[in-house]
Amino acid sequence: MSETLHEIRLRVNGIEHELRVPARRLLSDALRGELGMTGTHVGCEHGVCGACTILVDGEPGRSCLMLAVAAQDHEITTVEGLAEPDGTLSPVQQAFAECHGLQCGFCTPGFLTTVTAGLRRDPCPTHERARDMIAGNLCRCTGYQNIVRAVERAATIGTERAATLTTERAATVGTERNATIDTERAATISTERAAALADRGSGVSS
Amino acid sequence: MKPAPFDYVRPDRLADAVAALATPESKVLAGGQSLIPLLSMRLAAPSVLVDINGLPGLDAITVTGDGVRVGALARHTAMLESAEVARVQPLVPMALAHVAHATIRNRGTTVGSLVHADAAAEMPVVLALLGGSLDVEGSSGRRTIGAAELFTGPMESAVGPDEVAVSAFFPALRPGAGVAFDEIARRHGDYALVGAAALVEGERVRVGYLSVSDVPTVVDLTGVAPDDRADAALERLDPAGDIHATAAYRRTLVRVLTDRVVTAAIDDARGAGR
Ligand SMILES: Cc1cc2nc3c(=O)[nH]c(=O)nc-3n(C[C@H](O)[C@H](O)[C@H](O)COP(=O)(O)OP(=O)(O)OC[C@H]3O[C@@H](n4cnc5c(N)ncnc54)[C@H](O)[C@@H]3O)c2cc1C
Ligand code: FES
Ligand code: FES
Repeated sequence: MSETLHEIRLRVNGIEHELRVPARRLLSDALRGELGMTGTHVGCEHGVCGACTILVDGEPGRSCLMLAVAAQDHEITTVEGLAEPDGTLSPVQQAFAECHGLQCGFCTPGFLTTVTAGLRRDPCPTHERARDMIAGNLCRCTGYQNIVRAVERAATIGTERAATLTTERAATVGTERNATIDTERAATISTERAAALADRGSGVSS
Repeated sequence: MKPAPFDYVRPDRLADAVAALATPESKVLAGGQSLIPLLSMRLAAPSVLVDINGLPGLDAITVTGDGVRVGALARHTAMLESAEVARVQPLVPMALAHVAHATIRNRGTTVGSLVHADAAAEMPVVLALLGGSLDVEGSSGRRTIGAAELFTGPMESAVGPDEVAVSAFFPALRPGAGVAFDEIARRHGDYALVGAAALVEGERVRVGYLSVSDVPTVVDLTGVAPDDRADAALERLDPAGDIHATAAYRRTLVRVLTDRVVTAAIDDARGAGR
């Protein structure tokens, strides 16, 4: 008996993919198998470990607990979609690297997605809230201490980057305003000169 | 493991969902946070999944002075974050904070957890203690199932195989009443070894328990002296032992939690602001 295949469209990291899958295909398997995006890891396959956590419309969800056919209406973000387009690591990724928040790396994609969404909701978590943020994800290597540190470090990097952006933006705004002032001044000068010329002209004629 | 093959439909009208459920061995898919693990472990192998996530209007949470009506597609997270819900029935968020982790709550539905009727789950006990109800629609029309009739056995509810639960109703906390919730779990977010919810209204004292029996169980402790409450509760409960805890340990937890939640609910009733 051949199984019915469904034609579906999945939007993953901003790109739309068309694929044919049976109804029972888990989203985690569609991402890894059909789309070849193996960054999303599969541990327990029943919702407990958190390795397969992705962002569904920006909020964390278990990709092993969603059917690919049921994921069509959503914007999916996987760990592959966290870095900047130029490859710069996101604050959370950079913090995990700096703080040794991973050893074997199996659990890491789930932590990165979970913490990315968590810091969006709570950009400066207390130590307790940082621990709570990752409570639904299991890691068998690190003992969690460095992961908690990475959450806190990511919050700092996020704030610093926002500050840098603000400074850069301020500089840009300043340059833009100066340019505007220059243009306005130039316009005023030319109006004045034109008026002066006109005056002189009228002086001559009178 | 992977789920066994099944057909999949995603109707956009409630009547079509009900019609699809006429197929033998069909099943409703809501948040999937309980059903999909069962499929992957092949503990369930439905012929067709009727995905209700495309039905319009079912994600509403309506709060009135009488209570909270929650639609079948409202996620635990939406209920937990609603200040209106917390104001009218504070026991709902108190208990929801113990339901799994945020990631699971983002997709799991409160109505789904009532239909699923796990005796280890928080919300069935809350509905039973408050005397709430579930509205379902099937081939023979719409009906309301009171909490007392809803939980019929281990993971069994009175919702028929061809019925869609459309909403649940949690009655409001009466003025002067108090509530409390607590549970003991190995790790926060895990299913509780034992959990208890208390409702104190004037002289009336009632406590609902999870994970002590096959179904959510409510015990009336009205008029029982404070020191005798735990004994009185244990007379009506017969906790079993399993891989997570021995029966004796569960009895100890019933004692500890009964005292804690009743005391906290009395304090809550005395508390200002309500
Ligand atoms: C790791 C993990 C930990 C968890 N921990 C807890 C916990 O501590 N406490 C707790 O209470 N829950 C816990 N849950 C379960 C979670 O709360 C579920 O989301 C909830 O029990 C079921 O809701 P759902 O919408 O996901 O239902 P689904 O999984 O979609 O469905 C569950 C069952 O109910 C039926 N059903 C659902 N909705 C309807 C409807 N509207 N009409 C008719 N039938 C319907 C389905 O057919 C199915 O049989 C946990 C889940 C996971 C994966
Ligand atoms: S693989 Fe999905 S939670 Fe473990
Ligand atoms: S780094 Fe190995 S499981 Fe977390």
